[in-house]
Amino acid sequence: MNGVELFTSVALSVISASTPLLLAATGELVTEKSGVLNLGVEGMMLVGAVIGFAVTLGTGSAVLGIVAAALAGAAMALIFALLTLTLLTNQVATGLALTIFGIGLSALIGAGFVGQPLQPLPKLAIPGLSTLPLIGPIVFGQDALVYLSFAALIGVSWFLSKSHAGLVLRAVGDSHDAAHAIGYGVIKVRYLATLFGGAMCGIAGAYFSLAYTPMWAENMTSGRGWIALALVVFAAWRPARLLLGAYLFGGITILQLHIQGFGFAIPSQFVSMLPYLATIVVLVAISSDRTRVRLNTPACLGRAFNPAG
Amino acid sequence: MQMKRRTFAKSLVAGAGLVAAPRLITNANAADPFKAAWIYVGPVGDFGWSYQHDQGRKAVEAALGDKVKTTYVESVPEGADAERVLRDLATAGNKIIFATSFGFWQPALKVAKQFADVKFEHATGYKRAANLATYNIRFYEGRYIQGVIAGKMSKSGVVGYIGSVPIPEVIMGMNAFIAGMRSVNPAGKLKMVMINAWYDPGKEADAAKALLDQGADIIAQHTDSPAPLQTAHDRGVKGFGQASDMIKFAPDTQLTSSIDHWNEYYVERVKAAMDGSWKSGDVWGGLKSGMLHMAPYANMPDDVKALAEKTEDGIKSGETMIFMGPVKAQDGTVKIADGQMLDDGAIAGMDWLAEGVEGQLPK
Repeated sequence: MNGVELFTSVALSVISASTPLLLAATGELVTEKSGVLNLGVEGMMLVGAVIGFAVTLGTGSAVLGIVAAALAGAAMALIFALLTLTLLTNQVATGLALTIFGIGLSALIGAGFVGQPLQPLPKLAIPGLSTLPLIGPIVFGQDALVYLSFAALIGVSWFLSKSHAGLVLRAVGDSHDAAHAIGYGVIKVRYLATLFGGAMCGIAGAYFSLAYTPMWAENMTSGRGWIALALVVFAAWRPARLLLGAYLFGGITILQLHIQGFGFAIPSQFVSMLPYLATIVVLVAISSDRTRVRLNTPACLGRAFNPAG
Repeated sequence: MQMKRRTFAKSLVAGAGLVAAPRLITNANAADPFKAAWIYVGPVGDFGWSYQHDQGRKAVEAALGDKVKTTYVESVPEGADAERVLRDLATAGNKIIFATSFGFWQPALKVAKQFADVKFEHATGYKRAANLATYNIRFYEGRYIQGVIAGKMSKSGVVGYIGSVPIPEVIMGMNAFIAGMRSVNPAGKLKMVMINAWYDPGKEADAAKALLDQGADIIAQHTDSPAPLQTAHDRGVKGFGQASDMIKFAPDTQLTSSIDHWNEYYVERVKAAMDGSWKSGDVWGGLKSGMLHMAPYANMPDDVKALAEKTEDGIKSGETMIFMGPVKAQDGTVKIADGQMLDDGAIAGMDWLAEGVEGQLPK
């Protein structure tokens, strides 16, 4: 394998390791910007993974599978929204419960799908372009969800900073009382933001069961939902840094495997820790300006809003 | 025939009644099924380690029918929780309890002391008591056969090996693999990566990709998901399954798979506990005793298949000796002298990598 091939291959591995993180974190970013802290990311991802797998296997259509996964993630988020936004339960406790519920529910639904193989999500093939050396497979040869992860991030970035609706969403997250006084539907905005977050987590789960490792196995996301959650915080709720964080984490995850493969005398336990350590250090360092972090942090994050009170 | 909470409550009530009317005990015992329980470290749906143990539980049900009542608890964390689960199961009237992960040894030892009339069995462990037996499979025998196949099949002479955690169980597997590989290709190399998890499909796939990028052209694994096999399939190379037959995931990729087969052992031990012949001890079974099976040899030329079968027969008959000297460690020091064979104690405590393995153990 020559240098170009190695680079291409490593880049492809990094992209597939980073994509689910980016998808889930982009959704959670929007949810949190509206002032809702949903810790149920892992649970929503798993339910998305199993539903996406089941529907793709049953219908033979990956598109239907991905749509179903998004709906399943949104349905999980709807449970969360009903409890926290309408019934005003504690968001942290409800989010944790949603994760535990999602792990169990996905295992129950998936019991019959264990050990069933599935064709992986097809990679895009543009004649002429996908076969170019280096950039061909990296830029023009990914599956649809990789492009979706970038499109979603750019869309969300534009939505939050440039659109009126995005401004309203941020206002709701920063001061729900003020937004309510002006006449914005705080609860409605938060419902929509939570549902969007759930749908993105569902798609992130589908990336696991359809593309990354095309199969269903219990708890197959192995804690990546928590990484996505942490990325949102460490990226100080800024989409560009989210992208950096997700790819940094994915990149070092792959790099540490290569370091081990080359036989460097570094304990494997230490290099396994590297992605976490490096991502946190880098994101904390670039987000160390306290004033700016405070400006970006949704001031009402995790706080219940009761329009009657 | 799983035991439910309600049944537990009923048996408590029944138990209270029996104390008052001792004559009833014999009658009740004759009708009541014998209770056996299992605890698993992972979900039964992992299609690997815990799944195979659960197949064994089902085999007990199939073999003994109405005479037994089995219970299982899955995804039990190793530690204090396991102790609670074991105690619950013992209190609920289970007469034999199988704890199926290494990390359950301390809880099992503790609870075994408190319930002298309950038989305990601990998989992959080494601590025993009068009512606590241990049992394990010689997984390394399967690794040796895999090594022989890889030695014949690899063009680059480099095998990528995905390890979980650096413990003797994993190390002996790698050393057996390279021994098998070098028996047919003396220049063969095993490149290893530890992912520090038993089960993480995403990371297992990533590790397989990294190893293939570094020149390996066959993938072997000591982790639990079929993800590495799928990666091998994507890249158009061959690989080995783990714990169960994973041929469905990669029909044109899996060469073979070492399959854990607890069924007969469990049936035999539950039977022994029922008729009173149960004794504590240690069983370390392999291909010969049927605790380890090889999945059908596939995707290889006939001569390699014949060699694999011959090796399997050789291990069964004792003709092929896996840890037979001379064997050197990575740094060249002689670990097994010429003509010597490693004893079980030394195999079980293996903490060195053999020559031909590339990669480092943490110091």
